[in-house]
Amino acid sequence: MAQGKPVERPLSPFMLGQYYRLQMTSVSSILTRITGNALIVSAFLVVWWLVAAASGPDYFEPVNAFMTSWFGDLIFALSVLGVWYHYLAGLRHFLWDAGHGLQIETAEKLGWVCVIGSVVLTVITLIIV
Amino acid sequence: MRYLTARKRAEGKGAAHAGTEEHWYMTVSGVGLAFLIPAFLFIFGRAMGSSYEVVVETFSRPIPAIVTGLTLVVGLQHFIKGCKGMIEDYAGGSTRKILIIAVITISYFLMAAGIFALAKLVL
Repeated sequence: MAQGKPVERPLSPFMLGQYYRLQMTSVSSILTRITGNALIVSAFLVVWWLVAAASGPDYFEPVNAFMTSWFGDLIFALSVLGVWYHYLAGLRHFLWDAGHGLQIETAEKLGWVCVIGSVVLTVITLIIV
Repeated sequence: MRYLTARKRAEGKGAAHAGTEEHWYMTVSGVGLAFLIPAFLFIFGRAMGSSYEVVVETFSRPIPAIVTGLTLVVGLQHFIKGCKGMIEDYAGGSTRKILIIAVITISYFLMAAGIFALAKLVL
């Protein structure tokens, strides 16, 4: 430290990109972030719909018509898929925090559980509601 | 130049200055949401697509109103911290500060609007 020059320590490169091969653990991790943040769109629509319902039938009808149109249905179907993916990925984090499932093979399997499980739960949700 | 070594910055409550506070909050709100989300999806999914009268009647009942209010507040608090984590990973300086302030503002606005709507529907 005689020169007072800070040491340039190497930083780990971003998990997606040229430095790493595409793999289940990194893709399932970034998907958790993408789905979680994308759900703000759903939150906007849910609040808008609630405010419309509270404003009376005149304002509710056009808003409700938009939400139940094919476009609204598409957004909500994707929201349900996103919410279930994020849900399962969150449960996976609880498991990891408790110190379980950290072996690479198990972690990769858990990634597939999130992907396939979210599709299954979405289909079940859309059938029930 | 920075006079602090990397080790010194990581000591105590670390570079976040809040220790593991946010991680613990995500755990607690995550457990809460694990119970709230299935109930909310059922209530909201059933109400969406119903007539105006059915929608008003649904959200004027205590359980649907409470579950919806809790899902919005806990969900958006969870969102604030998750989104803040993302911004801190990819942005720095003033951009980081402005984005974090915007996210918190929008989230609280949505919470307030949602609670207002539910209060109006209940009363």
